[in-house]
Amino acid sequence: MSDAKYFTTTKKGEIFELKSELNSDKKEKRREAVKKVIASMTVGKDVSALFPDVINCMQTDNLELKKLVYLYLINYAKTQPELAILAVNTFVKDCDDPNPLIRALAVRTMGMIRVDKITEYLCDPLRKCLKDEDPYVRKTAAVCVAKLYDINPTLAEDQGFLDALKDLLSDSNPMVVANAVAALSEINESAATPVIDMNTAMVNKLLTALNECTEWGQVFILDCVANYTPTDEREAQGICERVSPRLAHANAAVVLSAVKVLMKLMEMLPNDSEFVVSLSKKLAPPLVTLLSAEPELQYVALRNINLIVQKKPEILHHEMKVFFVKYNDPIYVKLEKLDIMIRLASPANIAQVLAELKEYATEVDIDFVRKAVRAIGRCAIKVEQSAERCVSTLLDLIQTKVNYVVQEAIVVIKDIFRKYPNKYESIISTLCENLDTLDEPDAKASMIWIIGEYAERIENANELLESFLEGFADENTQVQLQLLTAIVKLFLKRPTDTQELVQKVLTLATQESDNPDLRDRGYIYWRLLSTDPVIAKQVVLADKPLISEETDVIEPTLLDELCCHIGTLASVYHKPPTAFIEGRAPLARKSMPARMPSMNGGSPTGMENGMRGAGQVIPNQDSLIGDLLSLDLSSPSGPPSGFTMGVGGVGAPMPTAGQDLLGADLDSLLGLSDGSTSSSMSNVYNTGTGSTGLAELTGGYGASHQGSTVDAGGLLGDIFGTLGLSTMTGYAAPKQVWLNPAQGKGLEVQGTFSRKNRQVVMELTLANRALQPMTDFDIRLNKNSFGLTPASPLNVRSPLPPNQTAETSLTLNITGEIVKQNPLTNLQVALKNNIGVHYFACLVPMHVFFVEEGLMEKGVFLATWKDIPSENEKQFEIHTGLTDPDAISSKLQGNNIFTVTKLTTDGRQLVYLSLKMTIGIWILCELKLNAIASGHTLALKSRVPDVYMGVLEAFQGILLT
Amino acid sequence: MIHSFFILNSSGDVFMEKHWKSVIHRSICDYFFEAQKKHRNLEEIPPVIHTPHHYLISVHRSNLFFIGVVTKECPPLYVIEILHRIVDIFEDYFGDSKETTIKEHFVVVYQLLDEILDNGYPLATESNILKELIRPPTFLRNLQNTVTGSSNVASTLPTGQLSNVPWRRLGVKYTNNEAYFDVIEEVDAIIDKSGGVVSAEIQGYIDSVMKLSGVPDLQLSFMNARIFDDVSFHPCVRFKRWESDRLLSFIPPDGHFRLMSYHIGTSSLVPIPIFIRHNIHFKQGTSGKVDITVGQKQTMGRPVEDVKIDIPLPKSCINCSLTPNQGKFSYDSVTRIGVWDVGRIDPQKLPNIRGTVQFSSTSNSPEANPVLGVHFKVEQVAMSGLRVNRLDVIGEKYKPFKGVKYQTKAGLFQVRT
Repeated sequence: MSDAKYFTTTKKGEIFELKSELNSDKKEKRREAVKKVIASMTVGKDVSALFPDVINCMQTDNLELKKLVYLYLINYAKTQPELAILAVNTFVKDCDDPNPLIRALAVRTMGMIRVDKITEYLCDPLRKCLKDEDPYVRKTAAVCVAKLYDINPTLAEDQGFLDALKDLLSDSNPMVVANAVAALSEINESAATPVIDMNTAMVNKLLTALNECTEWGQVFILDCVANYTPTDEREAQGICERVSPRLAHANAAVVLSAVKVLMKLMEMLPNDSEFVVSLSKKLAPPLVTLLSAEPELQYVALRNINLIVQKKPEILHHEMKVFFVKYNDPIYVKLEKLDIMIRLASPANIAQVLAELKEYATEVDIDFVRKAVRAIGRCAIKVEQSAERCVSTLLDLIQTKVNYVVQEAIVVIKDIFRKYPNKYESIISTLCENLDTLDEPDAKASMIWIIGEYAERIENANELLESFLEGFADENTQVQLQLLTAIVKLFLKRPTDTQELVQKVLTLATQESDNPDLRDRGYIYWRLLSTDPVIAKQVVLADKPLISEETDVIEPTLLDELCCHIGTLASVYHKPPTAFIEGRAPLARKSMPARMPSMNGGSPTGMENGMRGAGQVIPNQDSLIGDLLSLDLSSPSGPPSGFTMGVGGVGAPMPTAGQDLLGADLDSLLGLSDGSTSSSMSNVYNTGTGSTGLAELTGGYGASHQGSTVDAGGLLGDIFGTLGLSTMTGYAAPKQVWLNPAQGKGLEVQGTFSRKNRQVVMELTLANRALQPMTDFDIRLNKNSFGLTPASPLNVRSPLPPNQTAETSLTLNITGEIVKQNPLTNLQVALKNNIGVHYFACLVPMHVFFVEEGLMEKGVFLATWKDIPSENEKQFEIHTGLTDPDAISSKLQGNNIFTVTKLTTDGRQLVYLSLKMTIGIWILCELKLNAIASGHTLALKSRVPDVYMGVLEAFQGILLT
Repeated sequence: MIHSFFILNSSGDVFMEKHWKSVIHRSICDYFFEAQKKHRNLEEIPPVIHTPHHYLISVHRSNLFFIGVVTKECPPLYVIEILHRIVDIFEDYFGDSKETTIKEHFVVVYQLLDEILDNGYPLATESNILKELIRPPTFLRNLQNTVTGSSNVASTLPTGQLSNVPWRRLGVKYTNNEAYFDVIEEVDAIIDKSGGVVSAEIQGYIDSVMKLSGVPDLQLSFMNARIFDDVSFHPCVRFKRWESDRLLSFIPPDGHFRLMSYHIGTSSLVPIPIFIRHNIHFKQGTSGKVDITVGQKQTMGRPVEDVKIDIPLPKSCINCSLTPNQGKFSYDSVTRIGVWDVGRIDPQKLPNIRGTVQFSSTSNSPEANPVLGVHFKVEQVAMSGLRVNRLDVIGEKYKPFKGVKYQTKAGLFQVRT
């Protein structure tokens, strides 16, 4: 009596036969017929022609039959919307059935019929079911709201279902709460504005439900809690305590979601607190246990562990052994384990790791073997103490003569040579023995590089290279380039007997190749060699920058973001969700909460935004103008979202930090300012009646547009000089003419930018050179690289009579849309008055974007400096009269460029500085001071080199005055 | 959440599909087959695959692929867990989850899938509850249904569904009240060439069979509860009690269930009950010698039984003639795995197998020594030394019959040669 019978077909017209059976008088026969219909449907046969006959069977007391008919309906309602309407009545009736199972089934099925006409009828029964006395019905109805939202979001919202769903969050039954959370999370995914408003009360409600609901509900609740940022440490700790028992759950998804919440909240707690230490200890065992689960679970767990190990290596650093590869692990598990092993490698466990890697290198799976060999190389580079052992292991592997092992080994040995120059050259002869077996471009290029680099110690280097040269035309470009360089190196080292060879390769590269890269490099060498061999030597044989330890670490900002997505697809792909989830509103990206004292680290999202901005296509000039023209200039620009701190002109409330600074640092700062031509930093105490009565901070040698030079004695004057306008911190360039009266129909605009009260301020002088008064001033900024938008409407005396000028300052927010400009600091402005709209562009000096939290902790600085690839380092000369490092650093400090540390090496003063930009980019600087007045060397390092020019200009500007 | 569900067999047919939202055409599985082609072993396809609009998350069980299709960001572990749970439920209902079995119970499968998930969200995954909603097919019931015309679908809501103990049915009644616990430990280990332990860990489970009337509240305590590195519990276990008193306090589900699983990691010393002496020499292009001896150690006086050793031979192997002094040896020339079924180890006369292996002379791949997979079983011993102390029943008057059984098995136990 198996169900397989439903699949046997009769020879006669099947549909015809089913039809007659469906209309049979016997209940029994009808049920069997519906079963056959469903069976045909599931194997993909078209049985839609039976629609009316099947619907006829719907009115029945038999639940099984009812379910089967519902199933059929869900499948075919879309194709037969007219007929599907016939079913509505039964649905509505079923929603009032005394049996809760039938009520739930009806509302559930209705939600799955994606036909507009039916959806309309769904609202009333759904509303009733959401308030049903039976929790089973309520919990089904909760999911149904998500279905409805998916079909028709506006209907769901208008009918108040979202609010009803939110009410269910307070339901007495934990299953109902869990389903409500699930439904809300799904709606949240597609909604433009977040529908769940997370606050302390909500989180408490959810955490209470957490203990009682099913494992699946726990996942939804934990994922929801992960989106909440507690207000203080105590709350964070409280949530951690309530979540951590979930780590002992048997369901891996619950465990990983709990790990996510804990990882995120631990960021908020002091790193060395007892609580965090004990929590870290609790995290390891469940993660290890995940590795004993099915391979599919292991894979996802490993991808996540890979992130956790990068973020907090201390959690798992004793657990190396569990990542050892088992022979019958699937390859996808093996590769992941290997990756984590290398990340965990340390001097303490390197011997074990190496022994394992050597074992893996003899396995059969080629991909895995290659990765194992590469891993040995990475260990050598990462753990210096082990380098020697790694090299000898690699040599052993080369002795096996297995082709792909040898090639892979040579590639990694090249990296080892780069890292530890002049240490392991003794093995070159062994490498050379395997020359003939190399057939992969990577391995060949590496071998050629080694020969070129150590040409002076390889007796027959010229012969070896010559042998490669024979097949030059057939080689891969990578090999050709490497060969060219190697032969030039050889020539520079042993010019006597290799002239012919170098001639030959240069000819081949420049004349016979059609690859522009190769030709260009050939020409460069040719010219270098023919003009000055000494310079050629300096260039070609220059010291190479060190290679970094870890080659494939995830960018720290991305890592932070991914840690917020532990357990999701993003964590499996190691990409931010925005990068691959389509059709998703660009919601705010998640970021790690800042540690409470919020000193270092900071929020990475800004940087991400910056990066995203950088990635966008720069619109050309025409379309920008178009954008500007389409701006609505008639209404005054209201302040954009968020509150604004202080409006220009009006006495701005000072942040309390200003007061602290004043109290603590007044003396020292005043002391600093004597003697130097311009005071480096002076605090001025505003005792005047002023609108605020608060202390205000003026810094640097600013206010230069007023023509007042500040010195120690002139402090008082400065107070009054700046009082009327506004207070300033830091440097501001003199005002420049942005719009001359000829273009502005009589309106002249001069302006500059400065940073005040932690905000960017645009200082404007508007002059009316026309013959009539001007009124109705308004200003708009085009989308720009830093997201500048006016924080308030332009405040100008209006009307502005002819031949009068008006000073104003406009506070700018940095919350606007980011579009990369060229040059980066370009800002396009539209200024309106009663005469017309005037467009002009100006450059925003970079220093106004340097934020007050720009001081990086020394350790972080060092790590970051190492972490940023050396290609990103640029050196510049800057000229200034200042030579005293203290004076320089205090001057820079006034402009939010902070001194991390100072050093003296080789008689030169080194000042290490850090600064952070509003868009989240950190810039690390090394200032090498020259004892003689001019020409300090400034080295900049950042992940976003585009900003260097602007930063350099800022340094020049600040130090030159 | 889970949008659609497909079952694929090993020959690449989609023989079952279920959609919880709109229908996604089964051609979506082509991406899966595509990805499969890139891997040498069909099973070694990564469990999460990215297609232009969907994500395919798969699990591989009983030679079938169960695929969940999702369209939005979601926790993949969640999907994998649900898929495994679905297969578990099938096995619970039908005894196994083979293709023929699923086809045979097609309608029940469909009803189950409909009940397990709604709109892609889990609705009921406890098999106790499902069994009340949809009765598992038995020969007798089928017969009865045919005769009486009744169906195997319940028409009332299961009682336990929304109680505080959703895993337990109400009104359970037994004439003999019994509670059994099986403590099963699997030893995962890697042994290196010279017999040293590279890594060893124990994955333990306590599986229970409860035949207890009413709503009993149980307390199970251990002699040595400190040995666990990590534990995970069935939802019925009260975690607070465990944290404070190190005892398991719970209202059990009725019937079979896994009460607890635990992990004893690499930090503690795991005793290895078996040793392997081997002497294997492979030479490329000619022949190789194999000589393996098995013996027991540290078994607390219990015999090691059901010993089986897998010897995976290189691809170039053309013939393998090994003779054991005990048990049987068989060689599968397709998969190139030799299996020596040893049976029970007699400490007086250690089992041994020896012989030669022929390689094809044309092959040039390396003849690396094989990694031996070892299986064994030791009854009445939990290798970690875990002992159950006592079981108390609270809330019911009867005194149940109680039983605890211990067993140690090989998990992933590998010997490098």
